[in-house]
Amino acid sequence: MNALARRFDYLFHSTRGLVLVAIAFIGLVTAIFGTLSGPMADLGLKDISVRVFGMQLVEAEREARIIMLYHTIAMAVIAIETYFITAIVPMKKSQQTNINAAITVGYITSLVFGLLFAYFGRNFIFHGLFIFGQSLIFFAGLLLAKALWPWGKDYRQTNPDYARTRGGIDLERAAFFTMAVCTLGSALFGAIPGSMFGNGFESFLAEDVVREPHKTALQLSVIGHLHIMLTLIAVALSLILVRWVDFKGWMHKVSMPLIIAGSIIVTLGVWLVVPFEEIAHIIIYVGSVVVMPAALLLVIYAWRKFIRDRFASLNIKKWGFWQGVGALLHDPLKFGAFWQMVYMNFVVTFVGIFMAIRLDKVMRMMPLREERITLTGHWHILAGIIATIILLYYADLSGLKGRVRQWFGWLVIAGSDLAFAAVTLFETKRLYVTESAQQPLVNITMLLTDIGLILVLLVLATFLIYRLADLFRSRGRWASELAESRSEEVRQ
Amino acid sequence: MKRAIVLLIAAATLALGCAAPAAVTLPRFDTGVDPSSWVRVPAGDFLMGRHGHRTAVNYDYEIMVTPVTNTQFAQYLNSALAAGRVKIAGNFVAGYYPGDLFHGYRHEMRIDAGDYPYFPLNDHDSRLTFDGRTFTVKPGYENHPVTTVTWFGAKAYCESIGGRLPTEVEWEKAARGTDARPFPWGNGITPANANYYNSHDPFEKGIGAIGNTTPVGFYNGKTYDGFATVNSPSPYGLYDMAGNVWQWTADIYKGVHYRYLRGGSHADYGYNLRVWTRNSVRPDYFGPSIGFRAARDVKK
Repeated sequence: MNALARRFDYLFHSTRGLVLVAIAFIGLVTAIFGTLSGPMADLGLKDISVRVFGMQLVEAEREARIIMLYHTIAMAVIAIETYFITAIVPMKKSQQTNINAAITVGYITSLVFGLLFAYFGRNFIFHGLFIFGQSLIFFAGLLLAKALWPWGKDYRQTNPDYARTRGGIDLERAAFFTMAVCTLGSALFGAIPGSMFGNGFESFLAEDVVREPHKTALQLSVIGHLHIMLTLIAVALSLILVRWVDFKGWMHKVSMPLIIAGSIIVTLGVWLVVPFEEIAHIIIYVGSVVVMPAALLLVIYAWRKFIRDRFASLNIKKWGFWQGVGALLHDPLKFGAFWQMVYMNFVVTFVGIFMAIRLDKVMRMMPLREERITLTGHWHILAGIIATIILLYYADLSGLKGRVRQWFGWLVIAGSDLAFAAVTLFETKRLYVTESAQQPLVNITMLLTDIGLILVLLVLATFLIYRLADLFRSRGRWASELAESRSEEVRQ
Repeated sequence: MKRAIVLLIAAATLALGCAAPAAVTLPRFDTGVDPSSWVRVPAGDFLMGRHGHRTAVNYDYEIMVTPVTNTQFAQYLNSALAAGRVKIAGNFVAGYYPGDLFHGYRHEMRIDAGDYPYFPLNDHDSRLTFDGRTFTVKPGYENHPVTTVTWFGAKAYCESIGGRLPTEVEWEKAARGTDARPFPWGNGITPANANYYNSHDPFEKGIGAIGNTTPVGFYNGKTYDGFATVNSPSPYGLYDMAGNVWQWTADIYKGVHYRYLRGGSHADYGYNLRVWTRNSVRPDYFGPSIGFRAARDVKK
């Protein structure tokens, strides 16, 4: 019994355990529900999943099912980020416990009952529990915002190397706080139209209505919500990486105000989409221009630090360019997390800017279904890149070392980047090939995408199986992580 | 050695993926469905869209049982060209269109009165060839739906036979009948029901998952060279209301220059074939998976 209690303690009371559980949930959901569309469905796996799990798939509910699926996965990702934040940003132990408890119960309730409602018959008790879970997550967000309050006297920044106000307010903490508040407001921005579903407002996928000139306020609100939530998840992750590399110095002092200002401007811009759609887009562009240099400075700082740390560990004082590159690539987990931020520009940002600039001249010359493929590919890559950064960070947190660390890191980077590049080619294929000549390009890009994704999923599956097997060992890795967690508590 | 084997396998895999489709021998099948036949859709409400909104259609109308075929469209082009109702303009057959009202909405394109393309001349994807005088159907494609026709061309054809393009409401009612079914034949979709992406019909061979058009009325319960189909008409007896080719509809909406297409095609996944799925594109667009059928008012 004590053995079980200790494992439960690890899985639900330590940061690493909580993150592991959430990653396992996401992995499971992805593995099962990923069979319902795309290449997996082509291979016949959809029919098997439907039969084995007894799914009840009503055609007219497809869009609503997808919305539920996105939300359940997103909630788990938000929970993971919250665990990281409560672990790395100073706050009271009781605050950390309450936040983690609320969000854990929230996301698991939301995930389990949301999927039961969506895929296994429409039982409205399940729907109620899905909403209850989401409400708990929102409540956890309120607690988090309170815990991150930057104006209290307990958490003043006394070290002049970090961004702070003259009064000593920690601007990094303020950035976390800003992100949390913006996220809470933006969650409501989606919850309001969400609460109207079934009461006169109908579910829809944003990519299906992009060409409609008349969108209702609630539709605009939903579209704004999905964009800003993904953006703020990315901002939160960037701030977690800030802590990871102990970002400081002049770059930190420049970046933190930019992140705060950029987050506020982008969020307000998105909220203003409802009343002032045209102006809102300009505000969003301005906010993006403000926040992106901060991310660039973070990457520059992190890579320089990795190189210097590597040479310092080798006791080397001077080095050449290629030696520097070698030092940078020495640790794929650390290099990779920031490389993915850079790579995102090639497969997401630049493509997105091109699509926006050439909207009427290129994108809108194609049928809607072609534009739709581009849009969905675009944000799937963005979500995928965020997931890989989380994985790389978590792998480091788990203490992967030696060859395992190298293999894990490089396979995740290579697999995901191969898949993302192939998807980028696929989604923009109409720029290079006509419909009737597309099959060879589709074949090769799909093949490369599958190879890349399978690589990443195999690595993840191996990692999860290893962690699962580890739980059966009395003195496994989990035990030492739990002990570390305990000693951290004592230090606090 | 190991590395060489891995590299060899990788290269072979890539080469297979990139390989150009083999030369295609087009199968020929007579479906037995008459492409010149029409059915009457009686007045009455029906459930429209994914959410099943009760929509009134308070008149009877007729609609073609199948999409317009290459043979039918070639005959039209030849007679219209001979009669001077259309002309050759550059690489297109073109004709007059009186233009749309322009509202100045964001992204709205102005469509003024003037000549617009109906059909491309000798386009790679076109199933008709033009020798300078006459349009001829490429062998094997006679009973396939015409493709690479613009909205202007589709409209002109329909008017030439005393009809018009169906509105979205008319199209969907004809596809769905009066219940809430997602597909013309019922609730689920299998490769035996319709021509869609990777549906393994005999016309996919040598081309790949994107496939090709199938003869109109192909999914009527017959077996073609071992490929068994399920009879999959709509409740009013229309064929190809899901898959094969997207079909132009008539509606012009305020502030939008796009025209709307229904039905999904051989190049789309099955869920795009649901009766309420919409596609949209500029009216001068033409492609290898876009066709149309005509509707007409019932003479009293």
